[in-house]
Amino acid sequence: MYAASSQTRGCGIGDMRHMETIPTSPTEVTSVPGLAPAPGRPARRAWLAGFGVSGLIGLAVLVLWLLAALFGPVLLPQGRSAAGGGAVFAPISAAHWLGTDYLGRDMLARVIDGARYTVGVALVATLLASGIGTLLALLAAASGRWIDATLSRSLDTLTAIPSKMFALIMVAGFGSSVAMLVATAAFIYVPGAYRIARSLAVNINALDYVTVARTRGEGTLYVMLREILPNIIGPMLADLGLRFVYVVLLLASLSFLGLGIQPPAADWGSLVRENVGALADGGASVIAPALAIASLTIAVNLVIDNLPGRAARERGAR
Amino acid sequence: MNRVIVTLLAQRIALALLSLLAVSLVVFAITAVLPGDAAQEQLGQDATPEALTALRAQMGLDVPAPQRYLRWLVGMVKGDPGTSTTTQMPVGSLIASRLPNSLLLAAVTALFSVPIALTLGISSAVWRGSWFDRLASTAAVAVVSVPEFLVATLAVLVFAVKLRWLPALSYVNDIESLGQLLRAFAMPVLSLCCVIVAQMMRMTRAAVIDQLEAPYIEMVKLKGASPLRTVLAHALPNAIGPIANAVAFSLSYLLGGVIIIETIFNYPGIAKLMVDGVSQRDMPLVQTCAMIFCAGYLFLVTLADVCGIVANPRLRHR
Repeated sequence: MYAASSQTRGCGIGDMRHMETIPTSPTEVTSVPGLAPAPGRPARRAWLAGFGVSGLIGLAVLVLWLLAALFGPVLLPQGRSAAGGGAVFAPISAAHWLGTDYLGRDMLARVIDGARYTVGVALVATLLASGIGTLLALLAAASGRWIDATLSRSLDTLTAIPSKMFALIMVAGFGSSVAMLVATAAFIYVPGAYRIARSLAVNINALDYVTVARTRGEGTLYVMLREILPNIIGPMLADLGLRFVYVVLLLASLSFLGLGIQPPAADWGSLVRENVGALADGGASVIAPALAIASLTIAVNLVIDNLPGRAARERGAR
Repeated sequence: MNRVIVTLLAQRIALALLSLLAVSLVVFAITAVLPGDAAQEQLGQDATPEALTALRAQMGLDVPAPQRYLRWLVGMVKGDPGTSTTTQMPVGSLIASRLPNSLLLAAVTALFSVPIALTLGISSAVWRGSWFDRLASTAAVAVVSVPEFLVATLAVLVFAVKLRWLPALSYVNDIESLGQLLRAFAMPVLSLCCVIVAQMMRMTRAAVIDQLEAPYIEMVKLKGASPLRTVLAHALPNAIGPIANAVAFSLSYLLGGVIIIETIFNYPGIAKLMVDGVSQRDMPLVQTCAMIFCAGYLFLVTLADVCGIVANPRLRHR
């Protein structure tokens, strides 16, 4: 979408004839986004330049949050994360860069602590979902029709439950420990990853070199991992990014409902919930975590839309 | 209507019913079988065996799981889903008091969002590449990639806190005039609309662009039809199927959105009831609400399919 719109920049409203010559981006073949390791420095720079300005901004924000999740708590001065003490819902000041929360805790420290839960839990869940989905899809594509049909039908059934509803049911049944939240989010997004990976894998499976591999007597596992997997991993990594956004949104919504990460730990969704009292005065303590979520998800979207060599495709539902 | 369409429709509806059955199995398994012994949980670790047996018999846990599932399913179908464990009231009457509120909210939202989304989607497809399209598409991506509660929070901040046009919370109970009704509904509907419109607009835009780039539109333009006539008389009739599909599919997002919106605005609807049920682990209530939501979701998704089938001229004139 972005690729097409940037080419048509400056087109007048009535200038329809000119627009027709523009290639339709959704139908373009999605090529593998620069996954081959860059041999030297110039190549890497060219790869980075392929992101474009908005893609680089997204990449920068994404790296920033990843670093915050990994090293933030170590770098923060110890006094900041101590509970209480200051004024409740204090505004932005030199001492508290993002103000203080409903107990007078420093908001910057809370947001950086929250990054570990929001980014960490979502990342693990996404990796699990995409990994399991891809593996099942490889199995379905490389083995017989029965396994394929059974897997496809049973995973399709899971998509008949809306994702938030599924999460609520899981929390009702099993509670909301961090491990359960990871499992829940992973479980919910396996069918989506499976469906995409399977449609890719089935196409690869029909190609000649896979037939050749089978003919020379390679087993199913070999075909799955050595013939098909390397050819679908590029698109699957791009899909992983999108799935990450969905997981972040789902977990934030759960926490916002008070059913996700439980206090005293807090992810960004729970931070919004805790400090929603500051909303009436437009306090920084409720705006900051909300903006953090928005910046993370929009950054991932920007990176994926601008992956080098990849036409931005219309994103689906889940 | 001809036989092809009727067969396809019958298949869809049968598939939907089958999915609903599978969903009920999943819901029952997650909430009633997998978490373990509900009687043990209620009485704690050091309950006497006699008390456990008595409570199990009272809760109907002394029969095997398949039998319990059948009993539960029959109760669901007959409209008697059991008694709420926290309030000791029949779940049926709890839901009957809340369901109309939620349906009203959904209906009002649909009433506003569908015309707005269609207008925006079609005009940005016709003027694709213009500043209007870029603005609308960017805004839609931004809204889609942030959580619903963020949209709602921002809406409260702007309209209730800064501008003071509307009350931040809605209480449906003390409504006497139409003006009060509008004021109470304004914030929830506004927030829900933002989310739905963005989703629906993107899908409508894609559907119309798909048609506008077809060869027959070029032919229409070559014969000298005006741009308005090209879109209204030639492209739209062919895009109605995909658009109806998009509308029904987007409306199924209402179900996810409504969970957050009802909670944040303290709206006495069925989603709020379910969230409360989840936090109090009130299983009969959660199960019933989940089944209602899943049935609604399946209904809308099937409706989307049906619209696509009925509106497809290739099937109609066979």
